[in-house]
Order: sequence, then C-alpha cells, then structure tokens
Amino acid sequence: MSDEKKLAIIATKGSLDWAYPPFILASTAAALGYETQIFFTFYGLQLLRKNLNLQVTSLGNPAMPMPMPVPVFMQAMPFMQGMMTTMMKAKMKKKGVASIEELRDLSIEAEVKMVACQMTVDLFEFSTKEFIDEIEYGGAATFFEFAGESDICLYI
Amino acid sequence: MADFDQELDATGLNCPLPILRAKKALATIESSQVLRIIATDPGSVKDFDAFAKQTGNTLMESTEGDGKYYFLIKKK
Repeated sequence: MSDEKKLAIIATKGSLDWAYPPFILASTAAALGYETQIFFTFYGLQLLRKNLNLQVTSLGNPAMPMPMPVPVFMQAMPFMQGMMTTMMKAKMKKKGVASIEELRDLSIEAEVKMVACQMTVDLFEFSTKEFIDEIEYGGAATFFEFAGESDICLYI
Repeated sequence: MADFDQELDATGLNCPLPILRAKKALATIESSQVLRIIATDPGSVKDFDAFAKQTGNTLMESTEGDGKYYFLIKKK
C-alpha cells in the first residue's frame, strides 16, 4: 500500500458556484501530493460535460451577495439567471479566479481520478458522449473501494 | 535577496492558481534549485507556507512589498 495520503470527494451539485469546491480542493490536494478521486453523482454530473454551461442563481440562496437588492419575485424573471451568471463570471475573471474549465483541466493533468455515477447517467438518460473522455463510470461500491482507504472524505 | 533559478509571475491570480502554477514550475527545475514566486493574493502567504510544509520543499523567504508577495522556494 502506498503511503500517499488520499482524498475522496463526492460532488453532488451542478451550479457554477458549487462547481468550485470539488475542483479547487482536488487540484490543490493533488499539488500537495494527495492521491485524489471525485465521485460525481446526480447534479454533479453536469460538471463533467464537454461543454459546460453552469449557471448561478440567487433563488433559494438568500446568502448570495447581490450588487443591489432585488425582490425575490424579480429574481425569478426569466432573464435573471443568465444575467447573474454573466455577472458572476465577469467578477471571477476580474478577481483572477480560475474558470471551472481551467480547474478541471488542471485536475485531470494532476491525475485526479473522476468517476461518474452510472445510475445517474441511466436515470437522466444522459449520453456518455456528452461527457469528457477522462472519466470512468461506476457505482457506490466503486466509490467505497477508494473512500474506505482515504484520509479525508468530503461530501459536497 | 538570494539568487533564484526560475521565476513565476502569479500576480493577479487567485487561490488556488498560485499554488498550482508553483507546483508545475517546481517540476521543471532540479533538486535544490530555487523558484521565486511573485503573487498578489494575500492568502498566498499562508498557503505557500503550508504548501512547503506539506511537500517537503523549503520556503527560504517570504516577503511583502508594494502590495506584492515574494516567495523563494528551494526544491527538495
């Protein structure tokens, strides 16, 4: 058995904001010498698409900082999600925060292993052609094979 | 200031990019060579200290000036 530390992450969320924690932690852990695996399930599978179209919304998320107060019924207008996503991406770029594409590429380069939940793929009838090639497909038992040996295990 | 063998400009980059770029840059130099990193992310001060401790590389110097942070890391 290797003496390398291990980090196991379950990524369950598919919005732009929640895409960050798994990829930031995985890429950094890899840089620190951890053997790292991410298991993507349910909405987390959106993070594995070849063409990412991740969105952010303040709906159901009252803690999201807004440049100005917007009443909740206005936040539900059709154009609002697109506008908030554009504004968030612009802000991230300005602050030197990496894009999800970049962090994902860096994670792959650092040999972070990515496993997509086969059950979710079947459930939502996703085509595996829509996902990046560098992933494997597996189930809960596959995850525990690695997670059971891990030093840190995170559910995101 | 001590000599260095390679320089990495990580100004304008935010967490975790300075660390990830430094890791890559370290891979291109030889053991006991020195990498100099320039960053503007205030979080990088603690992060490079933690990075060095966990990877076994030596943080020889960590200084600040004009809103920039300078690090010298010797590869193990």
